[in-house]
Amino acid sequence: MSGNSIIRFENVTQKYEGAGTVLNNVSFELQRSKFYTLLGPSGCGKTTILRLIAGFIKPTMGDIYIEGEIVNDFPANERQVNTVFQDYALFPHLNVFENVAFGLRIKKLKGAEIELRVMEALDFVNLPGYEKRKIDEMSGGQRQRVAIARAIVNDPEVILLDEPLSALDLKLRTEMQYELRDLQQRLGKTFIFVTHDQEEALAMSDEIFVMQAGEIQQSGTPMDIYDEPINRFVADFIGESNIVDALMIDDYRVRFANQEFECVDKGFNKNEKVEIVIRPEDLHITRIDRGQITVTVNSQLFRGVHFEISTVDEVGNEWLVHSTKKVEVGSRVGLDFEAEAIHVMGLNESEEAFDARLEAYGAAGYEK
Amino acid sequence: MERQAMKSNSTNPFYLVPYYLWIILFVITPIALVTYFSFFDISGNLTLDNYRNFFSSVYLRLTLSSFWYAFLITLISLLVAYPTAYWLTKTKHKNLWLLLIIIPSWINLLLKAYAFIGIFGLYGPANNLLASIGSERLQILFTDFSFIFVSVYIFIPFMVLPIFNSLDRINPALIDASRDLGASSWTTFTRVIFPLAINGVKAGIQVVFIPALSLFVITRLIAGNKVITLGTAIEQQFLVTQNWGMGSTIAVFLILFMIIIMMITGEKGGTLNGKVK
Ligand SMILES: Nc1ncnc2c1ncn2[C@@H]1O[C@H](COP(=O)(O)OP(=O)(O)OP(=O)(O)O)[C@@H](O)[C@H]1O
Ligand SMILES: [Mg+2]
Repeated sequence: MSGNSIIRFENVTQKYEGAGTVLNNVSFELQRSKFYTLLGPSGCGKTTILRLIAGFIKPTMGDIYIEGEIVNDFPANERQVNTVFQDYALFPHLNVFENVAFGLRIKKLKGAEIELRVMEALDFVNLPGYEKRKIDEMSGGQRQRVAIARAIVNDPEVILLDEPLSALDLKLRTEMQYELRDLQQRLGKTFIFVTHDQEEALAMSDEIFVMQAGEIQQSGTPMDIYDEPINRFVADFIGESNIVDALMIDDYRVRFANQEFECVDKGFNKNEKVEIVIRPEDLHITRIDRGQITVTVNSQLFRGVHFEISTVDEVGNEWLVHSTKKVEVGSRVGLDFEAEAIHVMGLNESEEAFDARLEAYGAAGYEK
Repeated sequence: MERQAMKSNSTNPFYLVPYYLWIILFVITPIALVTYFSFFDISGNLTLDNYRNFFSSVYLRLTLSSFWYAFLITLISLLVAYPTAYWLTKTKHKNLWLLLIIIPSWINLLLKAYAFIGIFGLYGPANNLLASIGSERLQILFTDFSFIFVSVYIFIPFMVLPIFNSLDRINPALIDASRDLGASSWTTFTRVIFPLAINGVKAGIQVVFIPALSLFVITRLIAGNKVITLGTAIEQQFLVTQNWGMGSTIAVFLILFMIIIMMITGEKGGTLNGKVK
């Protein structure tokens, strides 16, 4: 609970009539001026967390702190938080200027100051000269900028963004990812960004919360989560991965595909059942006699930057490989990888146990 | 879908025949007849006297009082219907409640009027109630009060329905957005909800004010001869005085007033409820 903490959830549970428990005992703490991402599949409770922070709903159980103060009973209009909604929710009866000015008019600022700040905000999101436009005369990307301008013009400490990019095409989306990240750094405010796109989350965030079914599975920097997923769900959700059943023979020794390999993980029981992850880009295709396992190529897809090659080993494990070189479908090849590429995951390990194990033994490449 | 519909419209006007037939038979013909009759006096001579008469003080006062009563009826209906519609959108079984409010409008107007004669009569339940709290029995029937009360009762469903529809269509995220930007519930109402539902209010005003201008059944039965409106005047000219020409002239003006009101309260196209992209 450092002085830099801006939002804290303490054992928050949210139940809806008819939908059961939507958030289950969620606790986390967010620091000022960082870019956070809530990542998870549809219906896992991302929007619910934002609605709890914004104050549209009250938690069924637990406490929510903003700037150290319990805000459970504060209505939305009394919170220093502004939202960019999933469908933007711009006011159709007001033009762009009045949409952005809405919050300032509520605060009863002087006309000249409102004008100044609205223009500044529109400049900030690259929409100067659009203030007289009607909302239905704006494109999806422009609406999204209006929605962002409408939020930042109020100078809130926290800005909540609910999948603001989901309606945009890929090119505009990538462009807006840069812009949003840049905006957050220029403003120096806390952004909480919701997405179910893992690449977006990895590219933009200081810290990612991976959620599933109303629980936070893992939180950490994009690198932590990519390199050290806590379980199958996270590994699978964050990027493509090869997940294979394995046996932890001893510290630094793991057995899968009928062979024993050296690895960098430890802290498990001897002969404990585990799973290992190897990312497709960490697998290299080579001659059979140089490879560590031998596989048969099943299929091959050209993905632009690389080939996506699906292979199967002698015991039936599937291995997905990303390679810049073509191979022949049906051929037998060797797969080579380094000890660091193997990441071992305990079965049903909680985030606390996972962190404790890493801390106690200090896994390679993991700093915290 | 749309293209198909357009195609069938342009290549097969046959489908529109019943529609045009209906319009010609029941809209254009009556209006043409009424206009035609308005140029004849009681003995069948072509004349403009009817129009001159309409601008005499008697008919102008009649018009004014018609407008005044219609205005009161519309205003009171609106004041009752708006909160009702608003509350309806918040209830759980809104369609059930809506149905309960609308059902009375299916009952014949005469039946309802007679029911009120019973209720408001000198020895009816309303006066019984007054008597039981020690008050004198009052003449409720045949007063302005009873006329307006019964009219409002009859028109309320017609006011509730369009207002409910436009309130219900407002995207709830807009209300969240307003609260999020610091607006209290009242400010949210005045700056977001009310402007977005204004078309429903206009439609409600239209469907109440226009019929209220030409009321005559309620006027006759509930207000007796205390209240004379354009509606009762037309009825009187046709059925009592047998002056079809004058009756038609008043009807022509009534139609003109209706057109003007529809133009004032008409929607300028496009919906503003926030759900239509
Ligand atoms: N008002 C509500 N009443 C009942 N159930 C609700 C309500 N709002 C959300 N839910 C349920 O809560 C669960 C989580 O919803 P939430 O909107 O937080 O999901 P999400 O992670 O934002 O999903 P998406 O990516 O599809 O937006 C869903 O199963 C949803 O059906
Ligand atoms: Mg959502």
